[in-house]
Amino acid sequence: MEDRDTLVNLYYTMVLIRRTEEKILELLLQGKLASSMCHVSIGQEAVATGVCSAMQPQDYLTSTHRGHGHIIARGGDLRRIIAELLGRETGYCKGRGGSMHLVDVQLGHLGSNGIVGGHIGIATGAALWSSLQNDGRVTVAFFGEGAMTEGIFHEAANMAALWRLPIVFVCENNQYAMSLPWTHATAEHSFARKGEAYGMPGIEVDGQDVLAVRQVALQAIERARRGEGPTLIGAQTYRFLGHSRGDPSPYRDKEEEARQRARDPIRLYQEHLFREGIMTQADVDALEAKVAEVIADAVRFAEESPPATLDSVLEDVFA
Amino acid sequence: MRRIRYREALREALREEMQRDPRVFVIGEDVGRYGGAYAVTQGLLQEFGPKRIIDAPMSEAIIVGAALGAAVVGGRPVAEIMYIDFATLAMDQIVNQAAKLHGMFGGQLKAPLVIRTQQGTGRGAGPQHSQSLEAWFAHVPGLKVVMPATPYDAKGLLKSAIRDDNPVMFIEHKGLYALEGEVPEDEYTVPIGVADVKRPGNNVTLIAYSNMVHTALAAAQELSQIGISAEVVDVRTLAPLDMDTLIASVTKTRRAVVIHEASVFGGFGAEIAASLQERLFDILAAPVRRLGGLHVPLPAHSQLEKQVVPGVTQVVQVVKEMIGAEVAVRSTSA
Ligand SMILES: Cc1ncc(C[n+]2csc(CCOP(=O)(O)OP(=O)(O)O)c2C)c(N)n1
Repeated sequence: MEDRDTLVNLYYTMVLIRRTEEKILELLLQGKLASSMCHVSIGQEAVATGVCSAMQPQDYLTSTHRGHGHIIARGGDLRRIIAELLGRETGYCKGRGGSMHLVDVQLGHLGSNGIVGGHIGIATGAALWSSLQNDGRVTVAFFGEGAMTEGIFHEAANMAALWRLPIVFVCENNQYAMSLPWTHATAEHSFARKGEAYGMPGIEVDGQDVLAVRQVALQAIERARRGEGPTLIGAQTYRFLGHSRGDPSPYRDKEEEARQRARDPIRLYQEHLFREGIMTQADVDALEAKVAEVIADAVRFAEESPPATLDSVLEDVFA
Repeated sequence: MRRIRYREALREALREEMQRDPRVFVIGEDVGRYGGAYAVTQGLLQEFGPKRIIDAPMSEAIIVGAALGAAVVGGRPVAEIMYIDFATLAMDQIVNQAAKLHGMFGGQLKAPLVIRTQQGTGRGAGPQHSQSLEAWFAHVPGLKVVMPATPYDAKGLLKSAIRDDNPVMFIEHKGLYALEGEVPEDEYTVPIGVADVKRPGNNVTLIAYSNMVHTALAAAQELSQIGISAEVVDVRTLAPLDMDTLIASVTKTRRAVVIHEASVFGGFGAEIAASLQERLFDILAAPVRRLGGLHVPLPAHSQLEKQVVPGVTQVVQVVKEMIGAEVAVRSTSA
């Protein structure tokens, strides 16, 4: 049984991701984001939260174009996230990377990526180095199911299994790659069989159940740390909103959307916490108030920060 | 004449060629249900069905590879790569395979394949979604590289590309899709390998392609107000390159500026500038100048992005420098 702090923290993280992304969408509509390129993960918070909660401080992760949740769940600095999106010098990439390129090297977050699957190579390489150094670190590669049809995924999975690299492949299967349904993207939908083909366990998990995700991630990460090689996790989730701004998802069935939205990971977990008597409505209200304050502080910080400059872009071309 | 948008002109070209030739089909990511990331293929799935508008998995290498294989045995595929940045994932198929088949196998195989893609800045899409990579492709023997600037050229050139028996990189610009221009309703094509004088002039030739044609035209307009007559030549096709038209223009004006959005360093402007100087050294009134993007990973920050690529002000400035410098030389020698 998990201790209360852990359980409450999971809830806090999920709510923080959700409210931050709601705020980001608001800032986007107000025209305040430095770039309109922005993908939110609303509906998928349990995956980032559950997996990151299972990681150790020394571990690495790589992230995607839909990466706000990963960096927040890893404990990223919300001030620097918002500053990045608003194009400020104080942002994670000095304001020039925007939503798709968040990174926090101190936290072992090796970067979000605009090239779907591109970071899976980096994750595999980080795990290779950990294996060569025997440094006890594990790397988590987050990606969408769309990335599994890219060549780099297959090459990485093969190599990682072959050399028993300490890596966990976390597929956030939100069912759509832009408009392409998962059923139209691959003929084999079983993660168990997909994993087996590479020589690694493939485990499917309800990605809307944060505790289930956490359990699966804990096992996979420990297995990797023991030197037993990679695991492929298929977390079944759903992208509640469009692929990006201005995508009303006309290609999705509205009934399917309603059914999936009814399985809101935050609400499901809240019900669990209430049922188990771990949190009360008053606790939730207090937590929401705290989250609102943290976000307001981050926005204030970002808005007061100096804008990104071209000079700094020019300086950083080479190390 | 009727005016339509660049994206509509492209769609018309696809539709007409698909109607004309049953071997033509479209394959790519989100080209069907979604209608294309930039809405070029909107409605075509409904019209032609899923066997001719094929939504592929996110797999750039095999999208190009499959298109290529189909082309070799009789198809006329138009593969869409959503952003040119992702063409890097298909580079083997484009560079080592598609470009080589004809020459390598003694002319026995053909690859009548079009790779439609788009590039450039304008959306703050950042370093992995805004690059201008045309020079890479132009550098590969066996590939044709087409970069239309107007709806008229987009339609006419796409039709020619589809009818061409060689692999064609058809590079659109994300900032041009909403641009309106005159496009006749009657059938026409624009030949590949022919540049176009978009505005006649006498004192300087502004050589550009893709979106920079519009920057050049705006600069020419501004220059005309200070008595400088600029000719704007739209290269339209980088490979094969129509040097004759460029030479004819620069022979007349004796000055040239090459403008593109890609970074100047190693950019295609160097090819044009070098060729002009080799052929016209004796008659040039000033060294050929190049204007292009800064050599940096493109910032996702929209304001910074604007500062990285050349604008009208820089073009006007460079032309003034060229002509001003000459006037200064002339007056001291007088
Ligand atoms: C190599 C590459 N191909 C295509 C794209 C365009 N694109 C961006 S996100 C996306 C869908 C990604 O689907 P998935 O990996 O499942 O992640 P999701 O967006 O569902 O989170 C596509 C096609 C890209 N960024 N990179």
